[in-house]
Amino acid sequence: MNEATLIFGMFLVTFSVRYILFAVAGKVRFPPWLTTGLNFVPPAVLTAIIVPALLIPQGELWVRVDNPWLLAGIFAALVSFWRRDLLTTIVAGMLFFMILRFGFNL
Amino acid sequence: MKSNSSNPDLGIIKRKEMLDGAKATLPLIIGAIPFGIIFGTLAGPSGLSAWGALAMSVIVFAGSAQFISLGLLAAGAAIPVIIATTFVVNLRHILYAANLVPKVRHLPHRWRLMMAFGLTDETFAAVSNRFLLQANTTHAHWFYLGSWLAMYSNWVFCTGLGIALGEIFPDMTHWGLDFAMSVTFIGMVVPYLKSKPMWGAVIVSAAIAMATVGLPHKLGLMVAALCGISTGLSLHLLLKQRAAQESLHE
Repeated sequence: MNEATLIFGMFLVTFSVRYILFAVAGKVRFPPWLTTGLNFVPPAVLTAIIVPALLIPQGELWVRVDNPWLLAGIFAALVSFWRRDLLTTIVAGMLFFMILRFGFNL
Repeated sequence: MKSNSSNPDLGIIKRKEMLDGAKATLPLIIGAIPFGIIFGTLAGPSGLSAWGALAMSVIVFAGSAQFISLGLLAAGAAIPVIIATTFVVNLRHILYAANLVPKVRHLPHRWRLMMAFGLTDETFAAVSNRFLLQANTTHAHWFYLGSWLAMYSNWVFCTGLGIALGEIFPDMTHWGLDFAMSVTFIGMVVPYLKSKPMWGAVIVSAAIAMATVGLPHKLGLMVAALCGISTGLSLHLLLKQRAAQESLHE
């Protein structure tokens, strides 16, 4: 079954990444550039997911001021810069999005 | 008979470490509650069955990777692409493991297996704090166990709760919960943006993601991420080199 394959595959790669260094328990040392490079992984991947989701929320490019996904995304980023707190960002961003979508019917 | 006070009951120490581990993780667990619920709620609309969602939380146990897999499933990505993305997203755990290796080296293999399965952002944060604050780490693996068991049971429970809520209120998908995922990721990315290389990585990743959005199986995501990572790394090395040259001229 497809879902079983997906879940097993995800388990395999997730567990391998977490386990590999514990298994060899420090017999290897990373080159410094690799350690640095790993730091860029989460923001690069997440950004590559966020930006199309905000600019193409419903299948078509929508770069205008009446796109609630885009507006609320910018708002959430500003809140995050200001407060640096994940939950505050989520709550404020969602509220703003709901107001735009259902309050102003965007 | 009196118990020997110079050899205190090991069971009590272990239990205390486990409890301390759970307690230290509590604020992070509270933060994870909405994500577990949102994950469970979004699973159905994204094309993952209720049992699939629950199994994913039980077996994979990786919050952000699970979220991303939903986004990819909804977009019609192929299974190998989702698995490859999971791998990339979880690469950061190698850094955590590298950090913990000196602390787990002496433990038997079954302990290391268990600790690897439970290695999440939250447990890593709690455990590294424990190592930072308390010098005696003889029984710290029980602290680790307490932390991840608390995290794990909460994650699975909240997934189930989210699935149930999604079934009771099928309209929830129209409430804009898809935006919940975007906003969560925004809140995760922004704290990274403190240096020029990081900005470079994110801007390039965003631009390439838009340029490659037409590629099949969401392959554009991997291309964009890799371009972003190489940009960030190149800028980092370039700036370091320049700083070294400047200090040489002084």
